[in-house]
Amino acid sequence: MLSAHHLVKRYGDQTVVNDLSFHIDPGECLGVIGPNGAGKTTTIRMALGLTAPDDGVVRYFGELDMPADALAIKERLGVVTQMDTLDPDFTAAENLLVFGRYFGLPDRLIRERIPRLLEFAALGHKAQARPGELSGGMKRRLSLARALINEPSLLLLDEPTTGLDPQARHLMWERLQALLQQGKSILLTTHFMDEAERLCSRLLVMDHGRKITEGRPRDLIAEHLEPEVVEVYGQGATALAQDASLQNLAARTEVSGETVFFYTRSSRPLLGALQAWPQLRMLHRPTNLEDLFLKLTGRQIRENA
Amino acid sequence: MSQTLNNIWAPPRLSMRWWPVFRRNFLVWQKLAIPSLVGNIAEPLMWLVAFGYGLGALVGQVELGGEKVPYILFLASGSICMSAMNAATFEALYSAFSRMHVQKTWDGIMNAPVRLDDVVLAEMLWAAFKALFTVTAILAVMLALGISHAPKLLVAWPVLLGVGITFSCMALIFNALAKGYDFFTYYFTLFLTPMMFLSGIFFPRDQLPPIVRSIADWLPLSAAVDLVRPLFMDRWPEHALRHSLVLVLFSVVSFWIALALTRRRFRA
Repeated sequence: MLSAHHLVKRYGDQTVVNDLSFHIDPGECLGVIGPNGAGKTTTIRMALGLTAPDDGVVRYFGELDMPADALAIKERLGVVTQMDTLDPDFTAAENLLVFGRYFGLPDRLIRERIPRLLEFAALGHKAQARPGELSGGMKRRLSLARALINEPSLLLLDEPTTGLDPQARHLMWERLQALLQQGKSILLTTHFMDEAERLCSRLLVMDHGRKITEGRPRDLIAEHLEPEVVEVYGQGATALAQDASLQNLAARTEVSGETVFFYTRSSRPLLGALQAWPQLRMLHRPTNLEDLFLKLTGRQIRENA
Repeated sequence: MSQTLNNIWAPPRLSMRWWPVFRRNFLVWQKLAIPSLVGNIAEPLMWLVAFGYGLGALVGQVELGGEKVPYILFLASGSICMSAMNAATFEALYSAFSRMHVQKTWDGIMNAPVRLDDVVLAEMLWAAFKALFTVTAILAVMLALGISHAPKLLVAWPVLLGVGITFSCMALIFNALAKGYDFFTYYFTLFLTPMMFLSGIFFPRDQLPPIVRSIADWLPLSAAVDLVRPLFMDRWPEHALRHSLVLVLFSVVSFWIALALTRRRFRA
Protein backbone atom coordinates (compact mmCIF):
# COMPACT_ATOMS: atom_id res chain seq x y z
CA MET A 1 0.00 0.00 0.00
CA LEU A 2 2.72 2.37 1.04
CA SER A 3 6.46 1.94 1.02
CA ALA A 4 9.14 4.41 1.99
CA HIS A 5 12.68 3.81 0.82
CA HIS A 6 15.73 5.39 2.46
CA LEU A 7 14.03 8.66 3.35
CA VAL A 8 16.29 11.51 4.39
CA LYS A 9 15.20 14.96 5.49
CA ARG A 10 17.54 17.70 6.63
CA TYR A 11 16.76 21.11 8.03
CA GLY A 12 19.95 23.11 7.80
CA ASP A 13 22.70 20.88 9.16
CA GLN A 14 20.26 18.87 11.27
CA THR A 15 19.13 15.52 9.89
CA VAL A 16 15.58 14.97 11.17
CA VAL A 17 14.91 11.77 9.26
CA ASN A 18 17.86 9.57 8.48
CA ASP A 19 17.68 6.66 6.03
CA LEU A 20 14.22 5.55 7.08
CA SER A 21 12.53 2.69 5.25
CA PHE A 22 9.21 1.04 6.04
CA HIS A 23 6.18 -0.39 4.31
CA ILE A 24 2.52 -1.12 4.97
CA ASP A 25 0.85 -4.24 3.65
CA PRO A 26 -2.83 -4.34 2.68
CA GLY A 27 -5.11 -4.66 5.70
CA GLU A 28 -2.32 -3.93 8.12
CA CYS A 29 -2.00 -1.28 10.82
CA LEU A 30 1.54 0.02 11.17
CA GLY A 31 2.20 2.10 14.26
CA VAL A 32 5.01 4.63 14.31
CA ILE A 33 6.10 5.40 17.84
CA GLY A 34 8.92 7.54 19.15
CA PRO A 35 9.58 10.38 21.57
CA ASN A 36 8.98 14.01 20.64
CA GLY A 37 11.40 15.11 17.97
CA ALA A 38 12.02 11.56 16.78
CA GLY A 39 10.95 12.54 13.27
CA LYS A 40 7.42 11.10 13.24
CA THR A 41 5.71 14.27 12.11
CA THR A 42 8.32 14.96 9.44
CA THR A 43 7.84 11.41 8.18
CA ILE A 44 4.08 11.94 7.96
CA ARG A 45 4.62 15.27 6.21
CA MET A 46 6.82 13.58 3.63
CA ALA A 47 4.26 10.83 3.20
CA LEU A 48 1.62 13.50 2.55
CA GLY A 49 3.82 15.38 0.11
CA LEU A 50 3.80 18.48 2.30
CA THR A 51 7.55 18.51 2.40
CA ALA A 52 9.90 16.94 -0.13
CA PRO A 53 12.49 14.44 1.12
CA ASP A 54 16.14 15.31 0.46
CA ASP A 55 16.65 11.73 -0.55
CA GLY A 56 14.57 8.59 -0.89
CA VAL A 57 11.17 7.71 -2.29
CA VAL A 58 7.64 7.39 -0.91
CA ARG A 59 5.61 5.10 -3.14
CA TYR A 60 1.90 4.38 -2.86
CA PHE A 61 -0.11 1.47 -4.20
CA GLY A 62 2.98 0.07 -5.85
CA GLU A 63 3.04 2.61 -8.64
CA LEU A 64 2.48 6.20 -7.52
CA ASP A 65 5.26 8.40 -6.16
CA MET A 66 4.84 11.24 -3.71
CA PRO A 67 5.00 14.13 -4.45
CA ALA A 68 4.98 13.73 -8.25
CA ASP A 69 1.65 11.87 -8.24
CA ALA A 70 0.27 13.64 -5.17
CA LEU A 71 -3.23 14.21 -6.52
CA ALA A 72 -3.71 10.66 -7.76
CA ILE A 73 -2.53 9.37 -4.38
CA LYS A 74 -4.76 11.66 -2.35
CA GLU A 75 -7.80 10.49 -4.33
CA ARG A 76 -7.29 7.14 -2.57
CA LEU A 77 -6.02 8.31 0.79
CA GLY A 78 -7.74 9.32 4.03
CA VAL A 79 -5.97 11.66 6.41
CA VAL A 80 -6.63 12.65 10.01
CA THR A 81 -4.12 15.20 11.26
CA GLN A 82 -3.16 16.01 14.84
CA MET A 83 -5.08 19.27 14.72
CA ASP A 84 -8.68 19.22 13.58
CA THR A 85 -9.24 21.27 10.46
CA LEU A 86 -13.02 21.06 10.53
CA ASP A 87 -14.94 24.03 9.18
CA PRO A 88 -16.43 25.85 12.20
CA ASP A 89 -19.12 27.53 10.10
CA PHE A 90 -20.56 24.28 8.77
CA THR A 91 -22.66 21.57 10.37
CA ALA A 92 -21.22 18.07 10.60
CA ALA A 93 -23.12 17.04 7.47
CA GLU A 94 -21.98 20.12 5.56
CA ASN A 95 -18.39 19.47 6.58
CA LEU A 96 -18.59 16.09 4.88
CA LEU A 97 -20.37 17.50 1.82
CA VAL A 98 -17.84 20.27 1.27
CA PHE A 99 -14.91 17.93 1.81
CA GLY A 100 -16.31 15.37 -0.62
CA ARG A 101 -16.48 18.07 -3.28
CA TYR A 102 -12.72 18.58 -3.01
CA PHE A 103 -12.42 15.05 -4.39
CA GLY A 104 -14.60 15.95 -7.33
CA LEU A 105 -17.34 13.60 -6.12
CA PRO A 106 -20.87 14.43 -7.30
CA ASP A 107 -23.16 15.84 -4.59
CA ARG A 108 -25.62 12.98 -5.06
CA LEU A 109 -22.96 10.41 -4.20
CA ILE A 110 -21.67 12.41 -1.21
CA ARG A 111 -25.17 12.89 0.20
CA GLU A 112 -25.65 9.15 -0.05
CA ARG A 113 -22.53 8.50 2.00
CA ILE A 114 -23.05 11.18 4.67
CA PRO A 115 -25.66 9.42 6.86
CA ARG A 116 -23.69 6.19 6.78
CA LEU A 117 -20.44 7.92 7.75
CA LEU A 118 -22.04 9.93 10.53
CA GLU A 119 -23.63 6.76 11.83
CA PHE A 120 -20.25 5.03 11.72
CA ALA A 121 -18.70 7.89 13.67
CA ALA A 122 -21.52 7.63 16.26
CA LEU A 123 -22.63 11.11 15.20
CA GLY A 124 -25.93 10.17 13.59
CA HIS A 125 -27.78 12.49 15.94
CA LYS A 126 -25.32 15.35 15.41
CA ALA A 127 -25.67 15.88 11.66
CA GLN A 128 -26.87 19.45 12.16
CA ALA A 129 -24.42 20.36 14.93
CA ARG A 130 -21.43 22.60 14.25
CA PRO A 131 -17.96 21.57 15.39
CA GLY A 132 -18.10 24.19 18.16
CA GLU A 133 -21.00 22.29 19.72
CA LEU A 134 -19.19 18.94 19.62
CA SER A 135 -16.95 17.42 22.29
CA GLY A 136 -13.29 16.68 21.58
CA GLY A 137 -14.00 13.03 20.88
CA MET A 138 -16.89 13.84 18.56
CA LYS A 139 -14.72 16.27 16.61
CA ARG A 140 -12.05 13.62 16.16
CA ARG A 141 -14.63 11.13 14.96
CA LEU A 142 -16.05 13.73 12.58
CA SER A 143 -12.52 14.22 11.24
CA LEU A 144 -12.31 10.45 10.79
CA ALA A 145 -15.69 10.37 9.00
CA ARG A 146 -14.50 13.21 6.78
CA ALA A 147 -11.35 11.28 5.92
CA LEU A 148 -13.53 8.37 4.79
CA ILE A 149 -15.69 10.38 2.38
CA ASN A 150 -13.67 9.20 -0.64
CA GLU A 151 -13.71 5.57 0.57
CA PRO A 152 -9.93 5.37 0.88
CA SER A 153 -8.11 2.06 1.11
CA LEU A 154 -5.30 3.58 3.19
CA LEU A 155 -5.60 5.90 6.20
CA LEU A 156 -2.88 8.12 7.65
CA LEU A 157 -3.67 9.02 11.24
CA ASP A 158 -1.42 11.39 13.16
CA GLU A 159 -2.04 10.95 16.89
CA PRO A 160 -5.76 10.36 16.48
CA THR A 161 -6.59 10.11 20.19
CA THR A 162 -4.29 12.69 21.77
CA GLY A 163 -6.24 14.79 24.24
CA LEU A 164 -9.29 12.52 24.44
CA ASP A 165 -10.81 11.10 27.59
CA PRO A 166 -10.80 7.29 28.07
CA GLN A 167 -14.35 6.77 26.82
CA ALA A 168 -13.71 8.75 23.67
CA ARG A 169 -10.43 6.92 23.10
CA HIS A 170 -12.04 3.54 23.41
CA LEU A 171 -14.77 4.50 20.97
CA MET A 172 -12.14 5.74 18.53
CA TRP A 173 -10.18 2.48 18.86
CA GLU A 174 -13.32 0.49 18.26
CA ARG A 175 -14.03 2.47 15.07
CA LEU A 176 -10.47 2.01 13.86
CA GLN A 177 -10.63 -1.71 14.53
CA ALA A 178 -13.84 -1.86 12.52
CA LEU A 179 -12.04 -0.16 9.63
CA LEU A 180 -9.22 -2.70 9.82
CA GLN A 181 -11.79 -5.47 9.71
CA GLN A 182 -13.20 -3.92 6.55
CA GLY A 183 -9.75 -4.48 5.07
CA LYS A 184 -8.45 -0.91 5.19
CA SER A 185 -4.79 -0.26 5.91
CA ILE A 186 -3.70 2.26 8.52
CA LEU A 187 -0.53 4.17 9.26
CA LEU A 188 -0.79 5.50 12.80
CA THR A 189 1.50 7.65 14.90
CA THR A 190 0.88 7.66 18.60
CA HIS A 191 2.30 8.41 22.03
CA PHE A 192 0.12 5.84 23.71
CA MET A 193 1.56 2.39 24.06
CA ASP A 194 -1.79 0.82 24.92
CA GLU A 195 -3.14 2.27 21.68
CA ALA A 196 -0.21 0.89 19.71
CA GLU A 197 -0.55 -2.52 21.32
CA ARG A 198 -4.28 -2.69 20.76
CA LEU A 199 -4.44 -1.53 17.15
CA CYS A 200 -1.14 -2.15 15.45
CA SER A 201 -0.14 -5.40 13.86
CA ARG A 202 3.36 -4.03 13.48
CA LEU A 203 5.33 -1.29 15.14
CA LEU A 204 8.13 0.96 13.98
CA VAL A 205 10.09 2.52 16.81
CA MET A 206 11.86 5.74 15.83
CA ASP A 207 14.35 7.93 17.60
CA HIS A 208 16.65 10.69 16.37
CA GLY A 209 15.26 10.27 12.88
CA ARG A 210 16.20 6.61 12.60
CA LYS A 211 14.38 3.34 12.84
CA ILE A 212 15.46 1.63 16.06
CA THR A 213 13.46 -1.52 15.63
CA GLU A 214 10.43 -2.90 13.89
CA GLY A 215 8.13 -5.87 14.48
CA ARG A 216 4.98 -7.22 16.05
CA PRO A 217 4.36 -5.74 19.52
CA ARG A 218 4.56 -9.08 21.41
CA ASP A 219 7.64 -10.17 19.47
CA LEU A 220 9.40 -6.89 20.20
CA ILE A 221 8.74 -7.24 23.93
CA ALA A 222 9.96 -10.84 23.91
CA GLU A 223 13.03 -9.88 21.94
CA HIS A 224 14.13 -6.88 24.00
CA LEU A 225 12.74 -7.43 27.49
CA GLU A 226 12.48 -9.89 30.33
CA PRO A 227 8.90 -11.10 30.74
CA GLU A 228 8.33 -9.61 34.21
CA VAL A 229 9.17 -6.51 36.17
CA VAL A 230 8.91 -5.57 39.83
CA GLU A 231 8.64 -1.86 40.52
CA VAL A 232 9.67 -0.80 44.01
CA TYR A 233 9.02 2.66 45.40
CA GLY A 234 8.78 4.45 48.73
CA GLN A 235 11.23 5.75 51.31
CA GLY A 236 14.74 4.41 50.59
CA ALA A 237 13.73 2.40 47.53
CA THR A 238 16.49 3.76 45.32
CA ALA A 239 19.12 2.36 47.67
CA LEU A 240 17.97 -1.16 46.77
CA ALA A 241 19.37 -0.70 43.29
CA GLN A 242 22.86 -0.99 44.86
CA ASP A 243 22.00 -4.14 46.81
CA ALA A 244 24.18 -6.89 45.31
CA SER A 245 21.93 -9.79 46.30
CA LEU A 246 18.88 -8.20 44.70
CA GLN A 247 20.87 -7.30 41.62
CA ASN A 248 21.80 -10.93 41.25
CA LEU A 249 18.17 -11.99 41.39
CA ALA A 250 17.17 -9.49 38.68
CA ALA A 251 18.26 -9.72 35.08
CA ARG A 252 18.46 -5.96 34.86
CA THR A 253 18.00 -3.11 37.34
CA GLU A 254 16.97 0.41 36.47
CA VAL A 255 16.33 3.51 38.54
CA SER A 256 14.01 6.27 37.47
CA GLY A 257 13.23 9.04 39.91
CA GLU A 258 12.20 7.39 43.20
CA THR A 259 11.37 4.05 41.64
CA VAL A 260 13.54 0.97 41.08
CA PHE A 261 12.67 -1.42 38.26
CA PHE A 262 13.85 -5.04 38.61
CA TYR A 263 13.42 -6.83 35.32
CA THR A 264 13.44 -10.58 35.70
CA ARG A 265 12.73 -13.90 34.03
CA SER A 266 11.51 -15.50 37.25
CA SER A 267 10.11 -13.19 39.88
CA ARG A 268 9.57 -15.62 42.76
CA PRO A 269 13.05 -15.46 44.40
CA LEU A 270 13.17 -11.73 43.87
CA LEU A 271 9.78 -11.16 45.48
CA GLY A 272 10.85 -13.39 48.34
CA ALA A 273 13.99 -11.36 48.95
CA LEU A 274 12.04 -8.11 48.80
CA GLN A 275 9.91 -9.27 51.78
CA ALA A 276 12.77 -7.89 53.91
CA TRP A 277 11.59 -4.36 53.13
CA PRO A 278 7.91 -4.44 54.13
CA GLN A 279 7.67 -0.62 54.31
CA LEU A 280 8.29 -0.32 50.55
CA ARG A 281 5.53 -0.52 48.02
CA MET A 282 5.80 -2.94 45.15
CA LEU A 283 4.13 -3.58 41.85
CA HIS A 284 4.70 -6.88 40.12
CA ARG A 285 3.50 -7.04 36.51
CA PRO A 286 4.35 -8.41 33.08
CA THR A 287 6.53 -6.15 30.98
CA ASN A 288 4.70 -4.13 28.37
CA LEU A 289 5.24 -1.92 25.40
CA GLU A 290 5.86 1.10 27.58
CA ASP A 291 8.85 -0.66 29.20
CA LEU A 292 10.12 -1.48 25.75
CA PHE A 293 9.67 2.07 24.55
CA LEU A 294 11.48 3.49 27.56
CA LYS A 295 14.27 0.97 27.23
CA LEU A 296 14.80 1.80 23.59
CA THR A 297 14.44 5.55 23.76
CA GLY A 298 15.53 6.31 27.32
CA ARG A 299 13.74 7.81 30.28
CA GLN A 300 14.94 11.38 29.99
CA ILE A 301 12.44 14.06 29.09
CA ARG A 302 13.13 15.35 25.61
CA GLU A 303 13.57 18.98 24.78
CA ASN A 304 10.29 20.54 23.71
CA ALA A 305 8.45 17.77 25.51
CA MET B 1 11.63 16.08 -9.56
CA SER B 2 11.96 17.44 -6.07
CA GLN B 3 14.09 20.22 -7.57
CA THR B 4 11.19 21.62 -9.57
CA LEU B 5 8.83 21.11 -6.65
CA ASN B 6 11.11 23.01 -4.38
CA ASN B 7 11.29 25.99 -6.70
CA ILE B 8 8.71 28.36 -5.30
CA TRP B 9 8.88 30.48 -8.47
CA ALA B 10 7.78 27.64 -10.73
CA PRO B 11 4.86 28.66 -12.98
CA PRO B 12 1.40 28.32 -11.40
CA ARG B 13 -0.11 24.87 -11.86
CA LEU B 14 -3.79 25.63 -12.05
CA SER B 15 -6.76 23.38 -12.62
CA MET B 16 -10.51 23.41 -12.10
CA ARG B 17 -9.97 22.11 -8.56
CA TRP B 18 -10.27 25.73 -7.41
CA TRP B 19 -14.01 25.52 -7.93
CA PRO B 20 -14.99 23.39 -4.88
CA VAL B 21 -12.83 25.67 -2.72
CA PHE B 22 -14.61 28.72 -4.11
CA ARG B 23 -17.93 27.00 -3.47
CA ARG B 24 -16.89 26.35 0.10
CA ASN B 25 -16.36 30.05 0.70
CA PHE B 26 -19.61 30.81 -1.07
CA LEU B 27 -21.49 28.42 1.20
CA VAL B 28 -20.12 30.08 4.33
CA TRP B 29 -20.91 33.49 2.94
CA GLN B 30 -24.50 32.49 2.11
CA LYS B 31 -25.07 32.01 5.79
CA LEU B 32 -23.86 35.52 6.61
CA ALA B 33 -24.64 37.38 3.39
CA ILE B 34 -27.10 39.94 4.69
CA PRO B 35 -25.10 41.23 7.69
CA SER B 36 -21.95 41.14 5.57
CA LEU B 37 -23.69 43.16 2.86
CA VAL B 38 -24.70 45.86 5.32
CA GLY B 39 -21.12 46.06 6.61
CA ASN B 40 -19.71 46.20 3.12
CA ILE B 41 -21.83 48.97 1.69
CA ALA B 42 -22.65 51.10 4.72
CA GLU B 43 -19.23 52.73 4.90
CA PRO B 44 -18.82 53.59 1.21
CA LEU B 45 -22.31 55.07 1.19
CA MET B 46 -21.50 57.22 4.21
CA TRP B 47 -18.46 58.56 2.39
CA LEU B 48 -20.60 59.29 -0.59
CA VAL B 49 -23.27 61.10 1.35
CA ALA B 50 -20.94 63.05 3.62
CA PHE B 51 -18.46 64.08 0.95
CA GLY B 52 -20.65 64.01 -2.10
CA TYR B 53 -23.51 66.05 -0.75
CA GLY B 54 -21.65 67.87 2.02
CA LEU B 55 -18.38 68.78 0.36
CA GLY B 56 -20.07 68.76 -3.04
CA ALA B 57 -22.16 71.75 -2.02
CA LEU B 58 -18.94 73.71 -1.39
CA VAL B 59 -17.06 72.45 -4.42
CA GLY B 60 -19.88 72.66 -6.90
CA GLN B 61 -18.72 71.29 -10.20
CA VAL B 62 -15.49 69.64 -11.22
CA GLU B 63 -13.91 70.10 -14.61
CA LEU B 64 -13.31 66.78 -16.28
CA GLY B 65 -12.05 66.41 -19.85
CA GLY B 66 -13.39 69.85 -20.78
CA GLU B 67 -16.77 69.09 -19.27
CA LYS B 68 -18.16 70.21 -15.93
CA VAL B 69 -19.68 67.45 -13.81
CA PRO B 70 -21.34 67.58 -10.35
CA TYR B 71 -18.91 66.69 -7.56
CA ILE B 72 -21.13 63.84 -6.35
CA LEU B 73 -20.82 62.18 -9.74
CA PHE B 74 -17.07 62.73 -9.74
CA LEU B 75 -16.79 61.21 -6.29
CA ALA B 76 -19.20 58.33 -6.88
CA SER B 77 -17.37 57.21 -10.01
CA GLY B 78 -14.05 57.20 -8.15
CA SER B 79 -15.19 55.83 -4.80
CA ILE B 80 -16.79 52.79 -6.42
CA CYS B 81 -13.25 51.76 -7.41
CA MET B 82 -12.13 52.29 -3.85
CA SER B 83 -14.98 50.07 -2.66
CA ALA B 84 -13.90 47.32 -5.03
CA MET B 85 -10.35 47.69 -3.75
CA ASN B 86 -11.37 47.61 -0.10
CA ALA B 87 -13.77 44.70 -0.42
CA ALA B 88 -11.23 42.56 -2.26
CA THR B 89 -8.45 43.55 0.10
CA PHE B 90 -10.36 42.79 3.29
CA GLU B 91 -11.41 39.39 2.02
CA ALA B 92 -7.95 38.44 0.74
CA LEU B 93 -6.27 39.64 3.93
CA TYR B 94 -8.37 39.07 7.03
CA SER B 95 -10.72 36.35 5.81
CA ALA B 96 -8.15 34.43 3.79
CA PHE B 97 -5.71 34.63 6.71
CA SER B 98 -8.35 33.23 9.05
CA ARG B 99 -8.88 30.30 6.74
CA MET B 100 -5.20 29.78 6.01
CA HIS B 101 -3.62 30.33 9.40
CA VAL B 102 -6.20 30.40 12.17
CA GLN B 103 -8.70 27.74 11.14
CA LYS B 104 -6.17 25.72 9.11
CA THR B 105 -8.86 25.24 6.49
CA TRP B 106 -6.24 25.19 3.75
CA ASP B 107 -4.33 22.36 5.42
CA GLY B 108 -7.50 20.31 5.51
CA ILE B 109 -8.24 21.03 1.86
CA MET B 110 -4.77 19.94 0.83
CA ASN B 111 -5.29 16.51 2.36
CA ALA B 112 -7.77 16.11 -0.46
CA PRO B 113 -6.55 16.12 -4.07
CA VAL B 114 -6.31 19.92 -4.32
CA ARG B 115 -3.03 21.74 -4.94
CA LEU B 116 -1.98 24.82 -2.99
CA ASP B 117 -1.91 26.73 -6.30
CA ASP B 118 -5.60 26.04 -6.80
CA VAL B 119 -6.41 27.05 -3.23
CA VAL B 120 -4.66 30.39 -3.75
CA LEU B 121 -6.47 30.85 -7.07
CA ALA B 122 -9.79 30.09 -5.38
CA GLU B 123 -9.10 32.65 -2.64
CA MET B 124 -8.11 35.24 -5.24
CA LEU B 125 -11.27 34.73 -7.30
CA TRP B 126 -13.39 34.58 -4.18
CA ALA B 127 -12.11 37.96 -2.96
CA ALA B 128 -12.75 39.37 -6.44
CA PHE B 129 -16.27 37.98 -6.32
CA LYS B 130 -16.85 39.64 -2.96
CA ALA B 131 -15.68 42.92 -4.50
CA LEU B 132 -18.08 42.46 -7.39
CA PHE B 133 -20.91 41.73 -5.01
CA THR B 134 -20.22 44.83 -2.92
CA VAL B 135 -19.84 47.01 -5.98
CA THR B 136 -23.11 45.73 -7.42
CA ALA B 137 -24.96 46.65 -4.26
CA ILE B 138 -23.40 50.13 -4.22
CA LEU B 139 -24.16 50.63 -7.91
CA ALA B 140 -27.77 49.74 -7.21
CA VAL B 141 -27.94 52.42 -4.51
CA MET B 142 -26.29 54.95 -6.84
CA LEU B 143 -28.81 54.17 -9.54
CA ALA B 144 -31.61 54.56 -7.02
CA LEU B 145 -30.19 57.93 -5.92
CA GLY B 146 -30.06 58.98 -9.56
CA ILE B 147 -26.36 59.80 -9.45
CA SER B 148 -25.87 58.32 -12.90
CA HIS B 149 -28.06 56.41 -15.30
CA ALA B 150 -25.46 56.02 -18.02
CA PRO B 151 -26.03 52.85 -20.09
CA LYS B 152 -22.25 52.37 -20.24
CA LEU B 153 -22.35 51.57 -16.51
CA LEU B 154 -22.96 48.02 -17.69
CA VAL B 155 -19.37 48.01 -18.89
CA ALA B 156 -18.16 49.40 -15.56
CA TRP B 157 -19.37 46.22 -13.91
CA PRO B 158 -16.89 43.75 -15.47
CA VAL B 159 -14.15 46.40 -15.21
CA LEU B 160 -14.76 46.54 -11.45
CA LEU B 161 -14.47 42.76 -11.29
CA GLY B 162 -11.04 43.24 -12.86
CA VAL B 163 -10.22 45.84 -10.21
CA GLY B 164 -11.25 43.32 -7.56
CA ILE B 165 -8.93 40.72 -9.10
CA THR B 166 -5.99 43.13 -9.14
CA PHE B 167 -6.35 44.08 -5.50
CA SER B 168 -7.03 40.57 -4.26
CA CYS B 169 -3.81 39.43 -6.00
CA MET B 170 -1.90 42.22 -4.30
CA ALA B 171 -3.43 41.53 -0.91
CA LEU B 172 -2.55 37.84 -1.11
CA ILE B 173 1.13 38.78 -1.13
CA PHE B 174 0.69 40.29 2.31
CA ASN B 175 -1.46 37.40 3.40
CA ALA B 176 1.43 35.08 2.55
CA LEU B 177 3.85 37.17 4.61
CA ALA B 178 1.65 37.78 7.65
CA LYS B 179 2.35 36.37 11.10
CA GLY B 180 -0.81 37.88 12.52
CA TYR B 181 -3.63 40.27 11.74
CA ASP B 182 -1.66 43.30 12.98
CA PHE B 183 0.63 43.04 9.99
CA PHE B 184 -2.17 44.09 7.67
CA THR B 185 -2.29 47.55 9.20
CA TYR B 186 1.02 48.27 7.48
CA TYR B 187 -0.43 47.38 4.12
CA PHE B 188 -3.34 49.71 4.67
CA THR B 189 -1.41 52.67 6.03
CA LEU B 190 1.63 52.37 3.78
CA PHE B 191 -0.01 51.34 0.51
CA LEU B 192 -3.75 51.58 0.29
CA THR B 193 -4.44 54.83 2.11
CA PRO B 194 -1.82 56.84 0.18
CA MET B 195 -3.06 55.28 -3.03
CA MET B 196 -6.60 56.26 -2.14
CA PHE B 197 -5.56 59.92 -1.98
CA LEU B 198 -3.28 59.86 -5.01
CA SER B 199 -5.54 58.11 -7.49
CA GLY B 200 -7.98 60.90 -8.23
CA ILE B 201 -10.90 59.63 -6.23
CA PHE B 202 -11.56 62.76 -4.16
CA PHE B 203 -9.94 65.36 -6.41
CA PRO B 204 -8.52 65.32 -9.95
CA ARG B 205 -4.92 64.14 -10.17
CA ASP B 206 -3.84 67.27 -12.01
CA GLN B 207 -4.02 69.01 -8.64
CA LEU B 208 -0.99 66.96 -7.57
CA PRO B 209 2.60 68.27 -7.87
CA PRO B 210 4.01 67.06 -11.24
CA ILE B 211 6.50 64.61 -9.77
CA VAL B 212 3.91 62.97 -7.54
CA ARG B 213 1.49 62.91 -10.40
CA SER B 214 3.89 61.08 -12.70
CA ILE B 215 4.01 58.26 -10.15
CA ALA B 216 0.32 58.42 -9.30
CA ASP B 217 -0.64 57.98 -12.94
CA TRP B 218 0.73 54.44 -12.89
CA LEU B 219 -0.95 53.27 -9.71
CA PRO B 220 -3.47 50.47 -10.23
CA LEU B 221 -6.20 52.45 -8.50
CA SER B 222 -5.60 55.37 -10.88
CA ALA B 223 -5.97 53.01 -13.82
CA ALA B 224 -9.21 51.74 -12.31
CA VAL B 225 -10.58 55.26 -11.78
CA ASP B 226 -9.58 56.36 -15.29
CA LEU B 227 -11.37 53.36 -16.75
CA VAL B 228 -14.53 53.55 -14.67
CA ARG B 229 -15.15 57.30 -14.29
CA PRO B 230 -15.90 58.11 -17.97
CA LEU B 231 -18.37 55.23 -18.07
CA PHE B 232 -20.40 57.01 -15.38
CA MET B 233 -20.63 59.95 -17.78
CA ASP B 234 -21.58 57.60 -20.59
CA ARG B 235 -18.25 58.13 -22.37
CA TRP B 236 -15.60 55.61 -23.37
CA PRO B 237 -12.37 55.95 -21.39
CA GLU B 238 -9.25 57.35 -23.05
CA HIS B 239 -6.14 55.16 -23.10
CA ALA B 240 -8.31 52.19 -22.11
CA LEU B 241 -5.68 49.75 -23.34
CA ARG B 242 -2.92 51.30 -21.26
CA HIS B 243 -5.04 51.32 -18.10
CA SER B 244 -6.17 47.76 -18.66
CA LEU B 245 -2.59 46.69 -19.14
CA VAL B 246 -1.62 48.31 -15.84
CA LEU B 247 -4.33 46.31 -14.08
CA VAL B 248 -3.42 43.08 -15.85
CA LEU B 249 0.27 43.55 -15.15
CA PHE B 250 -0.30 44.28 -11.46
CA SER B 251 -2.59 41.23 -11.25
CA VAL B 252 -0.30 38.75 -12.96
CA VAL B 253 2.90 39.84 -11.24
CA SER B 254 1.20 40.06 -7.83
CA PHE B 255 -0.45 36.69 -8.20
CA TRP B 256 2.83 35.07 -9.08
CA ILE B 257 4.61 36.68 -6.13
CA ALA B 258 1.73 35.79 -3.81
CA LEU B 259 1.82 32.20 -4.99
CA ALA B 260 5.57 31.90 -4.57
CA LEU B 261 5.47 33.35 -1.05
CA THR B 262 2.52 31.15 -0.10
CA ARG B 263 4.37 28.08 -1.40
CA ARG B 264 7.36 29.07 0.70
CA ARG B 265 5.15 29.50 3.73
CA PHE B 266 3.66 26.04 3.33
CA ARG B 267 6.92 24.36 2.49
CA ALA B 268 8.68 25.51 5.63
